[in-house]
Amino acid sequence: MESQLPAEFVVNVDHERCRRCKRCVINCSFSAIEFKDKVTPNHRLCVACHRCATFCPESAITITENPLDYKYGYNWSPEIRKNILKQAESGGIILTGMGNPRPYPIYWDHMLIDACQVTNPSIDPLREPMELRTYLGAKPEAIEFEGEHDNISLKTELAPQVKLDIPVVFAAMSYGAISLNAHKALAMAARRMGTLMNTGEGGLHEDLASYTDRIIVQVASGRFGVTSKYLNNSAIVEIKIGQGAKPGIGGHLPGEKVGEDISKTRMIPVGTDALSPAPHHDIYSIEDLSQLIYAIKEATDYKKPVSVKIAAVHNVAAIASGIVRAGADIVMIDGFRGGTGAAPMIIRDHVGIPIELALAAVDDRLRQEGIRNRASILVGGSIRQSADVVKAIALGADACVIGTASLIAMGCRVCQKCYTGNCAWGIATQKPELVRRLNPELAADRLCNLLTAWGHEIQEVLGSLGIIAVESLRGSRERLRGVGLPQETLDILGIKHAGIGQ
Amino acid sequence: MKCDGIPSGCAISGMMSEDGRRIDGRIIIKSIACMHDRSNGLGGGFAAYGIYPNRKDMYAFHMMYDNIEAKEATEEFFKNVFNVDKDEAIPTQRENGVSNEPILWRYFLEVPESKLEFLSERDYVMKTVMKINSDIEGAFVASSGKNMGAFKGVGYPEDIGRFYKLEDYSAYIWTAHGRFPTNTPGWWGGAHPFTLLDWSVVHNGEISSYGINKRYLEMFGYKLELRTDTEVIAYMFDLLVRRHKLPPSLAVTALASPFWKDIDRMEPEKKKLATLVRQVYGSTLLNGPFSIIIGHNRGMIGLNDRIKLRPMTAARKDDMLYMASEESAIREIEPDLDVVWSPKAGTAVVGTLKEEVE
Repeated sequence: MESQLPAEFVVNVDHERCRRCKRCVINCSFSAIEFKDKVTPNHRLCVACHRCATFCPESAITITENPLDYKYGYNWSPEIRKNILKQAESGGIILTGMGNPRPYPIYWDHMLIDACQVTNPSIDPLREPMELRTYLGAKPEAIEFEGEHDNISLKTELAPQVKLDIPVVFAAMSYGAISLNAHKALAMAARRMGTLMNTGEGGLHEDLASYTDRIIVQVASGRFGVTSKYLNNSAIVEIKIGQGAKPGIGGHLPGEKVGEDISKTRMIPVGTDALSPAPHHDIYSIEDLSQLIYAIKEATDYKKPVSVKIAAVHNVAAIASGIVRAGADIVMIDGFRGGTGAAPMIIRDHVGIPIELALAAVDDRLRQEGIRNRASILVGGSIRQSADVVKAIALGADACVIGTASLIAMGCRVCQKCYTGNCAWGIATQKPELVRRLNPELAADRLCNLLTAWGHEIQEVLGSLGIIAVESLRGSRERLRGVGLPQETLDILGIKHAGIGQ
Repeated sequence: MKCDGIPSGCAISGMMSEDGRRIDGRIIIKSIACMHDRSNGLGGGFAAYGIYPNRKDMYAFHMMYDNIEAKEATEEFFKNVFNVDKDEAIPTQRENGVSNEPILWRYFLEVPESKLEFLSERDYVMKTVMKINSDIEGAFVASSGKNMGAFKGVGYPEDIGRFYKLEDYSAYIWTAHGRFPTNTPGWWGGAHPFTLLDWSVVHNGEISSYGINKRYLEMFGYKLELRTDTEVIAYMFDLLVRRHKLPPSLAVTALASPFWKDIDRMEPEKKKLATLVRQVYGSTLLNGPFSIIIGHNRGMIGLNDRIKLRPMTAARKDDMLYMASEESAIREIEPDLDVVWSPKAGTAVVGTLKEEVE
């Protein structure tokens, strides 16, 4: 069927400046630029990934949104009309990538952080220590001793803990969804920065074997690559129940991406679709989850914290409480703005709840039940900047996970075409000629720079709060104020409105 | 009656005889009066240990009432929860600079056996204190320990001390506080020391980690109604030492933990313990500037914040241990000291009553 869809972008080539080096043609992985005597764009195929513009030595290329106007209609926005056209032409579910782009409220941007003046001094992070170290894992309610008076010995045996030098870890992104070079960069950066990367559900490539103390290995419904060795060569084992970008649905890595290496890593035949069912077919209730948690603990000799990752949905607090009581050492909550390699647009854009509210509800619930110490809380789903990290920790998170932000650091332009496998930046692709574009060492440098910068920024804020250790920020909602939020939202977040003192 | 948060400057002083000798209140008044300029007349107070030897096994409740109705309601409440051995007005005298005092009354209480089926005696008393402070309008428990009491109010500390006739009390531990709040609540309950059971805290500083300290304590049933940061310290000692049974020296490392860089260099056993304390009790870590003196029936603990943003000097002479915001406040009452030192940031000074002393 001939498409009636207009081009989304227009590629403008300044032919005066262009010296016809064809670098743009070589770089465009979406075939949107051809060479016919001169550089000739096929606007319809452009996704605004900026690869051509970035690599044009003459800066001769600009990309603009197609200025084609639609007759105004607040209700029938151009986007909705285009989606209808797409479905009228294809008869299919609209597929997309990355996180929810719609203008839902971003609560991070309605929270402001306190600072010290006069009576409690702010502290200079360049002079005084600013400790960001964080330990993930279950903590006992109290330390216990044996013996009396001077002759006491420690009785408490601590559950396994994983040390983070900065309370930011890389989010679960599978080998398959992203390239091996991207995985390598994340692993290298995690080691250098004293934090963690997460394999996602696609297993662990053998090239990463030397990084296993910095890797969270995931056990998802497809159980790809899960072996006893995989579980034991890890810092943390994570059971993935859900994902913020697509709560309640499974995953699908198309067969064309399953080459030799992925086939080996995922333990499936070359060229077959890798299907992750929506539920784990051995988990249909909380007691089933508990069985899997303890099966993993048995398999790892109780030496690894077990995390359970869920999407933020309406009843997230009660679910998280159940997960903690089922034996999880870590609860990872992924908000509705979290990214994905591929998801149906209807799910990505309309299902789940914001991470800010989910986090506040979960932390409250675990405290009310007196079990907050029994699990660490990790949150993700669009942590965009260090300010979001500070606010998340103040709401009660132990640490944040970043997926999209780490991809952007490596070069991603958030064009939302991850599911096509054509990523021009070598990140969300398995095509060897594209994967080659991402140099793992350079990408790791960029990731380290990002975390270093965020670390310094977090320390600046701690100093201004008069705090010299991150554990005194954790859960300290008193240091946040809301702006422009209705009372009910403030109550859920557990914060006061700006203008109210202590 | 409850007032808003009270950021403060302040002076503190403490003295104890480790031999358990009782000393009358005039000495501590002299010490805290020496630091007059560190207070602004909006609060002063004292804690004294060993002052009720004849009723040392009973809980001595020092109460503050805004009005007679609050007193009646509280006494009605006491009837159901305690055996009241004796109650009387706390002796006071008119003193310049002290006015608008609430009704000050003290009670010597025993817990009926029948109440202890599900709770320890001290948990029972703690819950009672929380209940009075949050539920009875106009009533406030100034202290609730055995053989100890808090004497506090609005005024300069030396005036408050004379108002309460502290010369008539003999104690083996005295702590004192002069307050410099940056707003003007004029509330008697808001003066230091803050107490719970036999814990008392005098505090110079402000707790920047109050938000999480409070939420952490709430998980264990503490109600932080006073909206002032100092009470978290008293409750934290109660939780860590009395309920979790940590040795006081370890509780102190939870509140003012060593830095990770120092922990990493410790001997393996010490390192393991220090790491564990931070991992488990991270939410009790106190941030912000503070020097505090914690009193309890068996001793006195002085502590500075981890980067020493508030002053504190300690000294010894024979069986006496002294701590104060300024050395002058110690020299004022004991010019001839054996040793004087400035405790390091985050390092506790611990005074312990000799074991044979009752």
